[in-house]
Amino acid sequence: MIRRICRWTVIILILLFLYLPILILAVYSFTDATNIGAIRGFSVHNYVTLFTTPELRDMIFGTVVLAVGSAVIATILGTMGAIGAFYSRKGMASAITTMNQVPVVNADVVTGFSICILLVVVLGISKDTYIPLVAGHVTLCAPFVFLAVIPKLKQMDQSIYEAALDLGAAPFTALIRIVIPQIFPGIISGFAMAVTLSLDDYFVATYTKPATFDTISTYVVNATKGAQTNIKTALWALSTVIFLLVVLFSLVMNIRANREN
Amino acid sequence: MHRRTFSRKYLGIPYAAFLLLFVAAPLIVLIYYAFTNGQGEFTVQNMTGFFSDPNTLGTLCYSFGVALVTTAVCLLLAYPLAYILATSRLKGKSVIVLIFIMPMWINFSLRITALKEILTWIEGNLAYHPFLNTVLGMSYDFLPFMILPIYTAISKLDGALLEAARDLGAGEAQAFLRVTLPLSLPGIMSGVSMVFLPAMTNYVVLDMLYNSTYIMGSLIGSYFAAYNWNGGSMIALILLGIICLFTLLTGGTDDENRRGGALL
Repeated sequence: MIRRICRWTVIILILLFLYLPILILAVYSFTDATNIGAIRGFSVHNYVTLFTTPELRDMIFGTVVLAVGSAVIATILGTMGAIGAFYSRKGMASAITTMNQVPVVNADVVTGFSICILLVVVLGISKDTYIPLVAGHVTLCAPFVFLAVIPKLKQMDQSIYEAALDLGAAPFTALIRIVIPQIFPGIISGFAMAVTLSLDDYFVATYTKPATFDTISTYVVNATKGAQTNIKTALWALSTVIFLLVVLFSLVMNIRANREN
Repeated sequence: MHRRTFSRKYLGIPYAAFLLLFVAAPLIVLIYYAFTNGQGEFTVQNMTGFFSDPNTLGTLCYSFGVALVTTAVCLLLAYPLAYILATSRLKGKSVIVLIFIMPMWINFSLRITALKEILTWIEGNLAYHPFLNTVLGMSYDFLPFMILPIYTAISKLDGALLEAARDLGAGEAQAFLRVTLPLSLPGIMSGVSMVFLPAMTNYVVLDMLYNSTYIMGSLIGSYFAAYNWNGGSMIALILLGIICLFTLLTGGTDDENRRGGALL
């Protein structure tokens, strides 16, 4: 009995630590209050500000487009890389795997800074072309797609591909119709990973983005250094919206996973 | 026989080229800039400067301090929780685990904003407890990254081993110390490497919580702001060295768990 109480105490305390700040902010996002702790009436003006201020709308839209765009490129590159490395000679495969590991273990500050130096300082590519930003985000995400796809290739039954070739399929056809469907769950989870990494990134974006463009992270960080109050509280609304979206996404994923089992 | 004009291994070429261009080349450029001065002449001044300046050495120590305490806090919170979750026979366990991992997918700057508003409310002025706030912020940010790998490691543990230990006369504490704990070590190592390194470099957490002390990441940020590519490259290189050392010490990590990948 005491054991059970202890267990639940640990679970609940850590849940509170992780969620209380977000939930309190969510409650306050529906009021006129400009500080946590002040008691004010119900209001949705933060949500109105969030969705009607062009600056905020553009920033959210830009972040999503960047995340999906870089995730698509990263998924194509990473998947091709994983298939290529898996069927290459050992030397080539381990060279690719080792290089792939660098952005994974590296600090994002270092990744962002080094890409900025190469592309912007050495090669002189203007940040306004968005090339450094997209290249940076693809570099951040593609290795994780690679890592998500490799295990699926290992689990795959290799003889089916050979059978398809023996039955007269061209290698490329066999790849598209046999290999890709079998590793598809890995590709999807790699893509999801890429999207979340890009959405969460601050460092690569700060070092490579055009001065006029902001992602949610760079915008929020700058906003905390003294922005107008209405923007500050509108970000509470944004935090609540994102929280709800993540909950919804997790629920859908969980239901889907349960159905598969 | 098929005439093989296409082979699957050719698919690796674009990715290899991509890695050479965006992973290998930036590192080479980084090394070049770290050992040259503004005029492009070879120098070790950037490195000797770092290791002889009490300010930058202090920053290095402070980063280590923040990272150590943050890692310890995360471990102390995450291990009991992961153990409880992994060993319980609750019905909706996967949902409960998911709830603890979900914060990973909420934008970190927004989560730190939430924490900052709460801490401001409690403390009045954030400036009174900069170190405490930083550790709280980092732990709040990185805790899920510690929970997931430890949970996975303990879940994978073969129950028969624990039974065998008990049959051979081990008490519960002894069975935990000599079976569960050593076998969950890979999970702990994964978690530690995912918390320690970001805690040394994620200077935004300090900025947002009004801690004006520098950590290693802030040095890169300030060199970047001053267009001092050489100084910044040297810091990046030193960080890379620490990361390499750390990866060797922890024996690399279980990649599946990196940043919650196992759940997606």
